[in-house]
Formats: sequence, structure tokens, C-alpha cells
Amino acid sequence: MSEEHAHIVQYKTFAIVWIGLLILTGLTVAVAQYNLGAMNIWVALGIATLKSGLVIAFFMHMKYESRLFQLSLFAALAILAIFIGLNFFDVLYR
Amino acid sequence: MSGHVHKDYTGAKFGMWLFLFTEVLLFGGLFLLYAVYLARYPQEFISAGKELNVWFGGGNTMVLLTSSLFVAISITALRRGAKTLCLRLLGSTIVCAAIFMVNKYFEWSAKISHGIYPGSDHMKEMQPGEMVFFNLYYLTTGLHGLHVIIGALVIAWAMILIKKDRVNADDWVILENAGLYWHLVDLIWIFVFPLYYLILH
Repeated sequence: MSEEHAHIVQYKTFAIVWIGLLILTGLTVAVAQYNLGAMNIWVALGIATLKSGLVIAFFMHMKYESRLFQLSLFAALAILAIFIGLNFFDVLYR
Repeated sequence: MSGHVHKDYTGAKFGMWLFLFTEVLLFGGLFLLYAVYLARYPQEFISAGKELNVWFGGGNTMVLLTSSLFVAISITALRRGAKTLCLRLLGSTIVCAAIFMVNKYFEWSAKISHGIYPGSDHMKEMQPGEMVFFNLYYLTTGLHGLHVIIGALVIAWAMILIKKDRVNADDWVILENAGLYWHLVDLIWIFVFPLYYLILH
């Protein structure tokens, strides 16, 4: 089975991703100290999305997986977005 | 049947991902509640969020990110045949899980000693929005903490299998899936941290 899953991620790649994650954590803490009004939450979510993208792509090997894995992840996240988004049509216009 | 055991590596890993999707939807429900109540009580969420200690939340973020690094590297180590290094990294991950839970214990203890816990008299006197914030905080971090404990147990189980060479450089999918679970625990926290600890304005 190793022939079809031969990709071994280098230690160095993981270390660089980890440093990136720490920098983004510092950034999100720093930005939270400033009052950007409603933008605060969107910046926080943006940075969190970027961080989760790094974790999923490298630590969870999604970058090296087949289309099947990538599309099903996309479908799951789309369902979550619809699930949260559609609720706001009710909540905001009640 | 002698000698050859059929292993479906892709199937095993895909099954794990499907399970992780259900976990995302489980926590997604809690994030949905957060989003709806944030829209309804923006000021109360800010005043309640300021009560949480950024150092606990931020410290635990670094602990989890580092533990995720250890797990990721451990898979590469195992596949390169560095079994001892792999086991050490997984052991360090369990230590990180323990540090996370000890932090959580002190954090919750401090909150509880200030009378902030679901159903307390102090919480009943709060604004409805603040009460919702703290209830969601306990529910989300509690469920997440449970996942940290389960994740640590799964990694301990993988370590035993690696020690016995049942999981090895040619057959590592159990470690891969244990790792995926651990990274999910990290992923959830990546969202919990800014939403609960960094809501200051």
C-alpha cells in the first residue's frame, strides 16, 4: 500500500507551517487590541480560516490527497456554511 | 488467507475524514449558536469576553499547535523507520494534552470561584447576553476538553501498537487516523480562541 501513498512530508515543511501558525496566532491577538468595529470579528475569522487552511493542507496532508478527499471536504464545509448562513435569513429579518 | 491481509488504506482514511465531518457539524452547531447570539447581544458578548484570560487561551493555543506539529512529524518519523523518535513525539503530544487540561482546570477553577458557572446565583443576575456567552463558553470548551482527553487516549493506544510493531513503516494508517483526530481538536480550538478570548471591542 505504500506505493500509492508514497508522499512523505519533510520535517522542515512541518516546522515552517508551525512557525506560520504561531505568527498568525500572535497577529490575531495583536489585531484584537484595536477597535475596528464590526471588522474585528471578520478579521479574527479570516485569520482563523487561514490557520485552519494550513493545518488541513499540511498537518492533515489534504494538499497531497486525491480529488475525492478534497471535494468531500469542500462539500462538508459548504454544508456548514449553508447551515449557518441560512439561519441568518431568519435571525436577521425576524 | 495465509500471509496476505487486505488493507484498504484509502478507505480507512476516508472513513476517518467522514467521521471528522460529523465532528465539524457537531461543533458547527455550537458555533451557529455563538453567531446568532453574538448578532443579538454584541455588547454583552464583549463585556463577558473581557472576563476571559487571553493568557490562558493564548497559551493553550500554542500548546495545541505545538502538539499538532509533534503528531505530524511523528508520522514522517515512523515512515522513515525512526520508531523511537516517533514514540517520543507522541509521548510529548500526550504531555501537551495534559498541560492543556491543567491550564483548563485552573482557568475554570478561577471562573467558578468568582461564581461564574452555569446555574450560579451570580450568573442569574447577569445580563441575558452575558449569561448566554458563559453558558456557551462552558459547553464549547467542555466538549472540546473532552475531545482533548479522547485524543490523548487514542494517541496512547497508537503508541502501544507502534511499540508492538503492529503499526509500522509499512502500515501506519492507525497513526495517520489518530493524528487526523488530534489535528481536528487543534482546528476547533483555532476558532474557539478568537471567538471567546479575543472579543474585546
